[in-house]
Amino acid sequence: MSFKIPYRAGSALGLSAAMMVAAAPAFAQEVKLDTGDTAWMLTSTMLVLMMTIPGLALFYGGMVRKKNVLATIMQSFAITCLITLMWFFFGYSLVFTEGGESLNAYIGGFSKAMLAGVGNNTANALAPTIPEWVFLTFQMTFAIITPALITGAFAERMKFSAMMWFMALWMIFVYLPVAHWVWGGGFLGSAGVLDFAGGTVVHINAGIAGLVAAIIVGKRKGHGAENMAPHNLVLTMIGASLLWVGWFGFNAGSAVASNALAGAAMVNTQIATAAAALAWMFIEWIVIKKPSLLGILSGAVGGLVAITPAAGFVNPTGALIIGVVAGVLCYVAAVHVKKALGYDDSLDVFGVHGVGGIVGALLTGVLADVAINELGKDASLATQAYGVIVTIVYTAIVTAIILYIIKAVIGLRPTTAQEEEGLDVTLHGESVQ
Amino acid sequence: MKIVMAVIKPFKLDEVRDALTAIGVHGMTVTEVKGYGRQKGHTEIYRGTEYAVSFLPKLKIEVAVASEQVDKVIEAISGAAKTGQIGDGKIFVVNLEAAVRIRTGETDTSAL
Repeated sequence: MSFKIPYRAGSALGLSAAMMVAAAPAFAQEVKLDTGDTAWMLTSTMLVLMMTIPGLALFYGGMVRKKNVLATIMQSFAITCLITLMWFFFGYSLVFTEGGESLNAYIGGFSKAMLAGVGNNTANALAPTIPEWVFLTFQMTFAIITPALITGAFAERMKFSAMMWFMALWMIFVYLPVAHWVWGGGFLGSAGVLDFAGGTVVHINAGIAGLVAAIIVGKRKGHGAENMAPHNLVLTMIGASLLWVGWFGFNAGSAVASNALAGAAMVNTQIATAAAALAWMFIEWIVIKKPSLLGILSGAVGGLVAITPAAGFVNPTGALIIGVVAGVLCYVAAVHVKKALGYDDSLDVFGVHGVGGIVGALLTGVLADVAINELGKDASLATQAYGVIVTIVYTAIVTAIILYIIKAVIGLRPTTAQEEEGLDVTLHGESVQ
Repeated sequence: MKIVMAVIKPFKLDEVRDALTAIGVHGMTVTEVKGYGRQKGHTEIYRGTEYAVSFLPKLKIEVAVASEQVDKVIEAISGAAKTGQIGDGKIFVVNLEAAVRIRTGETDTSAL
């Protein structure tokens, strides 16, 4: 049985393998494609794209008021298109190439800008059995969903133009560097931080950026006084379910192979999600007296987030523990902490993605099982905490700087009148009747 | 002629329609409306945030009938729409000055 190195492990082993290969120019001729792996990664890529459109778009769209549903859905769709082109221009290159001796710990280089050098016979050293075309598109779908997640934090009150500028700049100055640190050979991966499918790069990153954005953009007009109840939780249920199904591409796809590790990631994902969904539902049933649909859906997404870094490192019992802890803590964060602190994270990007991501990243260090993945043998809570803290600090500072610059140049919010009338008709000239 | 206007619980529509058909009323107009009376509203909770919902969904039915039929119509609607719980609704009766059937040009009671 051949053992494939999951590139996401970011361990010293994965890194040295990557560097060895990078040092051998003859690599292109040694590519041995595996059709099973390739078929699964083609499928995973489509599943992860489906998470953003229509999954996340509907999940968020159902939770806003009817006057803002199109504007909210539009954000996810526009981000999908924007990030696709940015990834083609320079994103893939800045994450997954060598940045040169002094810079490589922090950012990749431009050697594959415009996908230069990628061809029918190339593979990325981190995924040697699938065509590089597939690998880079799979990675693109992760780069797409991360900024799209942030839109929930400032939903119903950000100008579309400001949102587009923010996402383009955030991609360049936050996502691409952080993804390189963990997956592309940068300093977090070298330090042994384990992140199987993107708990740190995607969810902590987006969760913290969401919290900062919610605070800097400010509360919605009428927050705390007006009725801001979700307008259609059926849309939210469809969206959450598409996220759940799509997440098998995200987590099981992060094995970058059609193998047993992908299977372990799949079963872990399913168990953690169900456990977190029930944990949120039962705690809500006890505290608020009614088990709500929005509650069970929120718990499920919290569980999906939390198992993301751990999916290919823990066993199913570990997944169960991660799910229960995430369900309870995400509930506490989204329902009680938010109310106590008074910030308006409209759709709980921080409460679900930030908190769920941190729970998963830390518990990966505790629950990693070498029977599932040998790369988990050096797992430690301290190393995981280091990765979490570095990401939180960097993301918070750079996100704030970007937002303040945009605020000074073009402003972040629509006019009060536009916000009151609804962003659908005032910013996009359309509405749902 | 009178218009009998009744605001009822939405799930009672079929029973009200059957009761009216049984006494020879062969047409009505139904509108989805929102409102409140003694029932007031209720509260909804989303991720721990409570919202007071003061306007509840109801159906408003309007039936145009000859004056001498009004009592029977009121009786039929009250009988069919009643659950005995708060929020069953209300019936209003207003005068109707004229009626015209567009297709034939018939007027007043023959147009009903």
